[in-house]
Amino acid sequence: MSPAGLYHPGASVLHRLPAGLKLAGLAAGVTGLLLLDQLWWLGAAAVVVAALHAVARVPARLALAQVRPLLWFGAFLLGAQLLLTDWQRALSVVLTLVLSVALAGLVTLTTRVSAMLDVAETLLGPLRRVGVRPDRVGLVLALTIRGVPVIAGIAGTVREAHHARGSVGRPWALLVPVLVRVLRHADALGDALAARGADDEPGSRHGTSSDRP
Amino acid sequence: MITVEDVSHRLGERLALDRVSVDFAEHRVGVIGANGSGKSTFARLLNGLIVPDSGRVTVDGLSTARDGKEVRRKVGFVFTDPDAQIVMPTVAEDVAFGLRRSGLPRAEITRRVSDVLDRFGLGGFDDRPAHLLSGGEKQLLALCSVLVTEPATVVCDEPTTLLDLRNARLIGALLAGLAQRIVLVTHDLAMLASFDRVLVFDDGRLVGDDVPAVAVGRYRELMG
Ligand SMILES: Nc1ncnc2c1ncn2[C@@H]1O[C@H](COP(=O)(O)OP(=O)(O)OP(=O)(O)O)[C@@H](O)[C@H]1O
Ligand SMILES: [Mg+2]
Repeated sequence: MSPAGLYHPGASVLHRLPAGLKLAGLAAGVTGLLLLDQLWWLGAAAVVVAALHAVARVPARLALAQVRPLLWFGAFLLGAQLLLTDWQRALSVVLTLVLSVALAGLVTLTTRVSAMLDVAETLLGPLRRVGVRPDRVGLVLALTIRGVPVIAGIAGTVREAHHARGSVGRPWALLVPVLVRVLRHADALGDALAARGADDEPGSRHGTSSDRP
Repeated sequence: MITVEDVSHRLGERLALDRVSVDFAEHRVGVIGANGSGKSTFARLLNGLIVPDSGRVTVDGLSTARDGKEVRRKVGFVFTDPDAQIVMPTVAEDVAFGLRRSGLPRAEITRRVSDVLDRFGLGGFDDRPAHLLSGGEKQLLALCSVLVTEPATVVCDEPTTLLDLRNARLIGALLAGLAQRIVLVTHDLAMLASFDRVLVFDDGRLVGDDVPAVAVGRYRELMG
């Protein structure tokens, strides 16, 4: 299981900054990156991004894991750009992309999911009037993040059971048993959510989403 | 006091509970019976996850049909599969989940979360991703997440079935030592030795209700 996209505990300044501020900073940073078109400016930005990772004490291995998914796409983009424009332009397009993703990765690594959800709930607050339940949206996001390793685990167990019975190959044969177990898991999860009060109305016991220090 | 009055409940074609009546105020209540005898259905009645087709269930005077949410706040539930109960990606976040709507200040929530984690041997696990915990640690986390909301009663449906012997003993000892009222569904009869009362189910009916030694005897008799 790749550790990409998960909180990396720490006590750095970046860890302690309010999530809202970090997300705003991310938006500003990405906008800034898009505006930089000189290669040497982007080089300077790369140094800044690396320095931010150092401040947050994120291990290089984790930082690289954040951008690794871009490897193939980045290579493809570089090739395509090289056909269309000069190498400086091509390199700066790819660099902009990689730095933006690295910056987003840094925010993910230094911010707890629950803090992100609080921000999302606050931002979605105005939509309450049109019937959106921001807390529900937040819960769905949390469950999705939590669900990835759970479903990976289910798939792993089914695959092992399959191999133990001596059947190899035909990966599609795993689809049905995995699906059945995922559905059963979803059913159990629904019960657990109800038991844990996830269906409480937001106003029923006064909730405070103002966690900003 | 929990009262179950003449409850029948159908699941699909099957009469999962057949005219069950019982009330109890004891601190430690066990529930045993064969597979499919209706234990889980009975357990789910107690916090209103299942509202019976007929009959009535009340918890300290609150009806599970009418005051479901209120009842669920008073009655915590620990399921068999810890993976299905953990909803947040990391340990401390999951424990804090149940306090989101408590209205407590952030600092108090943090304090309660670390208190309960310390108490159940998960101190220092705060930022661990839940999916990297062992089965026993996951079940401890599920228990912490329930207990942090301070329910008066905790219903557990086979909480140790998926655990190894050591973790099963650990969870069993922790449950037996809780201040809360416990209703424990289990196939591990040894866990019930210190209990005040044990209910025996068979084919949807309550067929035994006694001190552990007698109730377990009745169960063994049924199993032939
Ligand atoms: N959704 C459903 N539809 C139809 N029948 C069901 C459903 N859920 C459970 N049953 C049946 O209802 C009966 C009671 O189930 P219950 O889960 O309460 O048994 P149990 O005593 O907890 O068994 P176990 O020891 O296996 O956990 C069983 O025969 C079961 O097969
Ligand atoms: Mg059961």
